Formats: sequence, C-alpha cells, structure tokens
Amino acid sequence: MLGGQARGLQTVSLPDLPYECDALEPAISGEIMQIHHQKHHQTYVANTRLLPLLLQAISEADVSTNVQLQSTIKFNGGGHINHSISWKNLTPIIDGGGEPPREVLGSAIDSQFGSLEALIEKMNAEGAALQGSGWVITAKAFAINKVTNKTLLLQDPLITKGASLVPLLGIDVWEHAYYLQYKNARAEYLNNIWKVVNWKYASEVY
Amino acid sequence: MGSCFYNSHLLVTQVNTCQLPPLCKQRRRQINGSQRAAKVVAYHGFKTPPYKLDALEPYISKRTLEIHWGALHCAYVEGLDKQLGKSDVLYGYTMDELVKATYNNGNPLPEFNNAAQVWNHDFFWESMQPGGGGMPIQGLLEQIEKDFGSFTKFRENFIEAALSLFGSGWVWLVLKREEKRLAVIKTSNAITPLVWDDIPIICLDMWEVSNYISPHLMLFLFHSSE
Repeated sequence: MLGGQARGLQTVSLPDLPYECDALEPAISGEIMQIHHQKHHQTYVANTRLLPLLLQAISEADVSTNVQLQSTIKFNGGGHINHSISWKNLTPIIDGGGEPPREVLGSAIDSQFGSLEALIEKMNAEGAALQGSGWVITAKAFAINKVTNKTLLLQDPLITKGASLVPLLGIDVWEHAYYLQYKNARAEYLNNIWKVVNWKYASEVY
Repeated sequence: MGSCFYNSHLLVTQVNTCQLPPLCKQRRRQINGSQRAAKVVAYHGFKTPPYKLDALEPYISKRTLEIHWGALHCAYVEGLDKQLGKSDVLYGYTMDELVKATYNNGNPLPEFNNAAQVWNHDFFWESMQPGGGGMPIQGLLEQIEKDFGSFTKFRENFIEAALSLFGSGWVWLVLKREEKRLAVIKTSNAITPLVWDDIPIICLDMWEVSNYISPHLMLFLFHSSE
C-alpha cells in the first residue's frame, strides 16, 4: 500500500545550487547561501517528506493528525517550492546576474510598469513593508498575459494567490535570507539583490 | 510641549536617540496591565536591558544582544517615535495603553507594529536574567503545577510551542484573566497577549533574529520573582 507513497517520497529532494555558495558575493554572502540552502531549505525538504504520514492519517480517519500534518506540509512544501525556484532566480554577475530583461519580458515590464526601475522600486517597497516573514514575487498571470507582483506570507506558494500565476522572480524577505550579512537593514539587502537577479531565467519562464 | 490630560502622572516628551540612555523614569502603581513592578518611562524611551550585554552568555551572545537590542529594538523605538511625532492623538499613553489602543480591536493602526514590538522586547529582556534558569518559586510554581501538572510538563509545552511556530512570532506564558489560569500561547509577528487583556508572565522571541547570530540552545532563563 505504501509503494505509491514511497514513489512520491523519492522525488522530494534538495536541488543543488546552480552555482557555488560564494558566487553571489558581495551581494549575498557565501555564509548565507550555505546556511540558507543546506539548513533552511534542507529542513523544508525533510519535513515535506512527512507526506506519507498525512496520507496514512487520512486513510485512518485520524483527523487531528491529519490537520496538524496538513499545516506542516503546506508550510514546508511551500518552503521547498519557493526556495527551489529562488535559487534559479539568482545568478553570479559573470553569468549575467543583474542584466536587465530584454525582448518580450523587457517590453512587458516597460509597458506595464513604465520601466524596470519602477518595477524594482515597487518590489523593494513591498519587501520593506512586509511585516514578519514572507516573499515578494514578480509573476506572470497567464490568464491575462500580464506581469504582476504579489506578496506572500510565510511559505505560502504563489498558487495560493491565483491558479494562473507563475513566478518569474521571488525575493525571500525572511530574516534568515539576509540577517547574517545585512543585520536588520532589509532595505539594503533588497537594493543589493538586484545585482544578481537572473532575468534570463525569468524571460524563459515568461 | 503639550499638556497632559486625564493621566495622573507627568510624561516628559524628550526624545531619546539610541545613543543616549533613557532620560526620564517614573514609577507608579499600575491599575491594570502587567503584574510586574511598573516602570513608566517617557513612552518613547529606549530602555536598556537590566544586565550587561554579555551577561547571558553562553546562551545568548553579546553579539546577538548588540544587534537584537542595539539595532533592531532600537529601530522599533525610533520608528515609533517618528510615528508618534506626527500626531497628537496618541499623546500621553503609557506603553501598555498604547499597545492596546493601536491594536484597535483587531484592526491594527500603523503604530501597532512598532509599539507592540517595543513592548514585547522590553518584556523579553526582563524575562531573562543572568544566572537565571532554575525554577520559579512560591505562587507561580504552585500555579504552574496546578495548570500544567508539573514544571517539567509546562517546560515541554513551552518548548513544543516554540518549535512549532511557523515564521515570526513569540511564545508566552500568560495568566488568562477570564479563566484565571496559566497557559502557553503562540503569537504571530508583533501580537502580544496584552491586547486580549491577559497577563504575560514570560515570553520568548521566536523571530529568526533572536537566535540567528548565535545559534545556541534555547535555554531560557526565568525571572523568578513573579
């Protein structure tokens, strides 16, 4: 009976970083990347593997375990999804980090926000204003073919904001994403992260 | 300087910057709010913890306190001062009153986040003491044993709450006023049990910054005189 569930288990694993831990310096320190990836993200992965226990609780009609695990998996699964995408959202400067988007995505941003700078300013403002833990996301709303930004709390995945939304770029504003390097200067972290944003990847998704 | 209205105590509105020690303190018996001995400072004063910054080592490092208190807590005070400076409406409130008023029955005003976080952090520093740990005594211990079964069970309860908190928040031992019993509760972001008129006894900051710089065990040190 658990065979099918075990199959699901094998696909949940920590993806490798597409670059060395220190490749995003000085914007993001190697220390942060290492801990963020190998501790935080790894924990989300490990806890997402509790999924078979949730399925078991459902089949046994164990409601309280069911409910508890649902929130654990929503949180950790969301964390795994969000972080897996976010590693691809960044890239070292030598590989094009920070280079503005061109072509279709570039024009879409210009026409909808006025300019790339305007989008960045909006993202930074929302990121700075977020109280507690969450993400700021630039997404494509496929249903209406538009670029939009959203704020996510905790580790809620983007899908919770709309079924046709696909993330182009996500910036983690949990304290663990910047504290070791920037201390409480979240605004400074936000200003600097744009230097290593991978617009190429965002364009591909778009 | 404006005039004080209905409050019976004087409040001095000197603005404290984070470089200066708090200038003006006045003690008065509080008629509501927390049970601890009330210290009313100019409401935008930046209080220092009641011990040196290295006094909680090895559990909480001096570095953590320098950043957590010296930068982050300070930023909340400065943020609050800026907001309060813009409007007379909240003039003359004590910190307890300010937190409750800006909570606005669940529809928080913009000042709430800063006010509550200042309050929470002031309380957090006082929830710990050098050479602390050990056991609570007398009335508090009896109440803990009554409401949790034993101190060990309470401690387990508290740790479990801390470890199961998603995102940013706080864990509290509160005295629930209506039910007249102790409870362990978790709150998100800046929320504090003060807004429900319950009485906090101790709290633990579970925002990541609290244990990030110095990732030691979460050994919390009880203030034993409540």
